Amino acid sequence: MFYREAGQFKTTYRADQAVFPIRQDLIGIVILMAFLVVVVPLTFNDFWISSVMIPTLIFALAAIGLNILTGFAGQLSLGTGGFMGVGAFACYKLTTIFPEVNIIVHIALSGLFAAGVGFVFGLPSLRVKGFYLAVATLASQFFLEWSFGRIPWLYNYNASGAIEVPNKYLFGIPIAGPTASAEARYLVVLAFVVVLTFVASNLVRGRFGRAWMAVRDMDIAAELIGIRLLPTKLMAFTISSYFAGVAGALMVFMWLGAAEVASFDINVSFQILFMVIIGGLGSIMGAFLGAAFIWNLPILLRGVPKFFGLDINAATVEHIQFMVVGGMIIFFLIVEPSGFARLWQITKEKLRRWPFPY
Amino acid sequence: MSFKKLALGIGAAGMLASGLFAASTPAQAEDTIYVPLLTYRTGAFAGSGVPIANGLHDYLAMLNERDGGVGGARLIIEECETGYNAQKGVECYESTKGNGAIVYNPFSTGITLQLIPKAPVDEIPILSMGYGLSATAVGETFPWTFNAPATYWSQMSAIITHINEQGDGIAGQKIGFIYLDVGYGREPIDLLDALAADMGFEVVKVPVAVAEMQSQSSHWLQVRRENPDWMIMWGWGAMNPTAIKEAINIDYPMDRFIGVWWSGGDSDLRPAGDDAIGYLSANFHATGTDFPAIQDILTHVVDAGLSQASRESVGENYYNRGLMNSVLIAEGIRTAQELTGKVAITGADMRMGLENMNLSEERLAEIGLAGFTNPITVTCEDHAGAHPIYLQQWNGAGWEAASDWITPMRDRVRPLLEAAAEAYVADKPDWETQSCN
Repeated sequence: MFYREAGQFKTTYRADQAVFPIRQDLIGIVILMAFLVVVVPLTFNDFWISSVMIPTLIFALAAIGLNILTGFAGQLSLGTGGFMGVGAFACYKLTTIFPEVNIIVHIALSGLFAAGVGFVFGLPSLRVKGFYLAVATLASQFFLEWSFGRIPWLYNYNASGAIEVPNKYLFGIPIAGPTASAEARYLVVLAFVVVLTFVASNLVRGRFGRAWMAVRDMDIAAELIGIRLLPTKLMAFTISSYFAGVAGALMVFMWLGAAEVASFDINVSFQILFMVIIGGLGSIMGAFLGAAFIWNLPILLRGVPKFFGLDINAATVEHIQFMVVGGMIIFFLIVEPSGFARLWQITKEKLRRWPFPY
Repeated sequence: MSFKKLALGIGAAGMLASGLFAASTPAQAEDTIYVPLLTYRTGAFAGSGVPIANGLHDYLAMLNERDGGVGGARLIIEECETGYNAQKGVECYESTKGNGAIVYNPFSTGITLQLIPKAPVDEIPILSMGYGLSATAVGETFPWTFNAPATYWSQMSAIITHINEQGDGIAGQKIGFIYLDVGYGREPIDLLDALAADMGFEVVKVPVAVAEMQSQSSHWLQVRRENPDWMIMWGWGAMNPTAIKEAINIDYPMDRFIGVWWSGGDSDLRPAGDDAIGYLSANFHATGTDFPAIQDILTHVVDAGLSQASRESVGENYYNRGLMNSVLIAEGIRTAQELTGKVAITGADMRMGLENMNLSEERLAEIGLAGFTNPITVTCEDHAGAHPIYLQQWNGAGWEAASDWITPMRDRVRPLLEAAAEAYVADKPDWETQSCN
């Protein structure tokens, strides 16, 4: 009843190609943005902003990056954690070499370093495919992890090998470092995520995105219709790594405040891959749903026993959490292999027919 | 999946989320003190983490059961599982600090490093007992961080002192240093290099990455090739038993193999059993249950079923380590209560309490731990104090003291600590220091 595009006539190609061609979608996104920009910072407490909202957005950004590569271009990658690390360490080096430049610029630039590294590690993708490519990207993950630990220049030769975030300001307001409020950090992360999501959603429905999908569905056919494989795959690697790099820089500078090699280990790569799979391969919306689900499920599970007044000790909850997350992944792979994005689509279709389904 | 099921699922999730909201509201009443414990009972470091978590919890629980808390304030003890993962540790910190936490014990140098800059902002002190950033011993620079009874650097200097006192001294000898390649293991390297230059010994460094913790044969091949006169180990978790096993495999003399005080868990040595006899580990407290306070734990907590520890594991080295940490928490609270006259203290009061703590021999006897450790005093200038440590030796079933109390080289270490503290704040123009005069 409410969610129907009946009566919305498009008279120009421009209107037809709009990001949100359906008016209800546009209204929905405006309401959502208003909620995220105004309501969240004003009403949510510190824990909700810094342990739920910020990580969800950052992981969603990384998941969009991996989704571009795996979901749209069909190149399986296990190196996301490493590329996030490149972004984080690049941002750290930039802040120490050019301390006078604003942190926002540094974060945006740090993605370029990750993109460069992604470009290099994407080179084998023309020759290696499928599982073998996954192993090649796994090599990049281990190589990058090794570099973060063993090249002291990257962490400014400090004894601990960890990188730390100094206080950084935007218009005199601290937005990074220990004195920055959760709200300020959240708004910076939100701005980055919104802008980059907009870029990604336009990329994937444009020429690049169509070329990626053609390569994903059948690379020989794509080659035959005139898509050059290497530049297309490399573009996917480069852009995907840019997203991962920015997510990594945001993770250290806007969320954790400090990081060591372990923050970018193979588990992070897997975690983001699960987000993409559970969220839905080849869907930007899915990246958000998957990130929100994988990140917040443990937090939710920790809250469940307390909600029912049970006093279960922390370690047991942790073990239960491993089992539940594992079970959920298997469940979703069987029941809904296309992930949350598909569920979202089904919901939209049902809403269209509501309240008179047939 | 049908739409109805999905809607039900969303509804259920929403209910749970609202439950979480309710659960995260502050729990501090008039006469309670909230003590969050960052512990780890899961993952590759659980072997070391479980006995520490038990010791930490049981002493505080015993104070609750026997005395109704500390100074009339009942302690609300809550564990948060970190898995020795810095990211999860920060999450634990963020989710518990709002409940009125008075002190944090990260039990991980990685987590400590991340919390150091947060402590002054949230006004909650960090007690990193014998670990963390050595430079935080400089109280003027780090008002909110405590690492009594001794820093890693003090400890390393004491171990080197011990080696120097054996036989012909340390000059000209080759010292192997095998360490977990994370912030924790790298921490003492600066001092070791400085001492090597001063005292004329050679250092061979053998880093062990976290991923290689349980397969160290190549590392120990390197040790065999280099054949160092002494081995010093900065290991943790699953690295310890593996290193000891590999050292036995290459026939390295056990009585020349010295572990940091985090490489001396009973569960680390037990798999090697008699083969590991002679292995040395640093320590700053006693092992065993021969203390009235530990007997009280057995009666009031363990036998009452309030602990996760088995009766036999009470008194193990790491159990007593966790207990020692809780003793410092309790004494910090007591000192803070005396200084402020308040019962329910805040993080800022706790900071004052820790800074003025004086755990004298009389005080130790009062709390039923006479001779458990050397007296510990913390001052405004020195948040660690170069308290003496001793070496203990594995006898196949337990630990025996193998040296007298060794005094660290305070004169040598303190200037280095001050330089390191200065370097830490050099790029932080708004860092808050304190004046101690």
